[in-house]
Amino acid sequence: MSVTNLVSILLAAILTNNFILSKFLGICPFLGVSKKLDTAVGMSTAVIFVMIIATAVTWPIQTYLLTPNDLDYLQTIVFILVIAALVQFVEIILKKYMVSLYNALGVYLPLITTNCAVLGVTILNFDENYNFTQSMVNSLGGGVGFMLAMVLFAGVRTRLETSDIPKSLQGLPITLISASLVAISFLGFQGLVDGLFK
Amino acid sequence: MAKKEKSLREVFTAGFVKENPVLRLVLGTCPTLAVSTLAFNGIGMGVAATAVLVGSNAAISLLRNIIPDKVRIPAYITIIAGFVTIIQMLVKAYAPAIDDALGIYLPLIVVNCIILGRAESFAGKNKVLPSILDGLGMGIGFTMTLLLMGSIREIIGSGTWFGMTLNNGSIIQPMLILILPPGGFFVFGLLIALANKIAEGKGKEPAALGCGGCPMAENCSRAVSEEGGCK
Repeated sequence: MSVTNLVSILLAAILTNNFILSKFLGICPFLGVSKKLDTAVGMSTAVIFVMIIATAVTWPIQTYLLTPNDLDYLQTIVFILVIAALVQFVEIILKKYMVSLYNALGVYLPLITTNCAVLGVTILNFDENYNFTQSMVNSLGGGVGFMLAMVLFAGVRTRLETSDIPKSLQGLPITLISASLVAISFLGFQGLVDGLFK
Repeated sequence: MAKKEKSLREVFTAGFVKENPVLRLVLGTCPTLAVSTLAFNGIGMGVAATAVLVGSNAAISLLRNIIPDKVRIPAYITIIAGFVTIIQMLVKAYAPAIDDALGIYLPLIVVNCIILGRAESFAGKNKVLPSILDGLGMGIGFTMTLLLMGSIREIIGSGTWFGMTLNNGSIIQPMLILILPPGGFFVFGLLIALANKIAEGKGKEPAALGCGGCPMAENCSRAVSEEGGCK
């Protein structure tokens, strides 16, 4: 495992395999919380934070507890419960000891429990057979890619507010169609990572 | 629920069109967009989610008087995760092709808002038989929508339907973009616009992001109330 390998995992997670725009994970917050830039940033910071700690906890559980005991089939049930408990736990700790961070992220944390991007990244790390460092880098990249898509899309949506849109397309439909255009722009990164490192 | 008790038939058919989980309640968008590249994948996902939905609705309805109100969400998630695990093992054993096609989205049924949403808004408050019918009806609505989207994307995007070649490029060049991620967003946007148009004709509200059925709505509205993201 080299640094190049880690950089390529990071870039792939941010750009080519963007969680929102190419894997369709975390669409609900992407459509629901992207109307304003500051809420988009708050939500995605919380996602990066939870993705990293969720990976740091679920990776050892799967590797040292489930796999040696032939309990791989419990992956889904264990991961979702661990993530749900973890999010609650982190919320309590932040509330007590890091009030400023809690004020910034607090309201977004409970939403993340049922966010498929977080459960998705922890399961993907095992589907891809990543080791601990690779998994952490992949989670960081996934979170940063989530933030990139959210922030870019928040910019697009502020422009939509002032546009003249046909009645049936107003609201959700035009939001999805704009998301499709943003996704097309991300297709431009296809092949970038392979081209850079191979 | 309305003031008047709904008949079993109404409960069963609500999910088909009137309260279609995907196009009217806008729940479960992630799997809808992700697996609808082929009609076959759409059916696979729909059937798997329906099975989980019926099972979890039945179990939650049976346990609704035992589960304390304060811990109901973690309890629901555990029950749903149990059913997802059962379905995952069944699919891996008997339909490995579907397992390959759905990949990570099969375990992710556990966070599909449709299932948790129906548990919270229906199964937790109703008897077993209506809950099972509700699960079945919603599941059929979900499957039909996935089949529709999968068919549109497969026919236009690759010129086939369930693997049969309909258009090998001699009539019109297949538009690859529709089976790529942007096509998912585009087709979904147009379908919701169409559903809104039909609903408008009947004097109903257009679809909004489905926080109504989402158990996290309370927290969600706290986060986004100032921007009005959730209704």
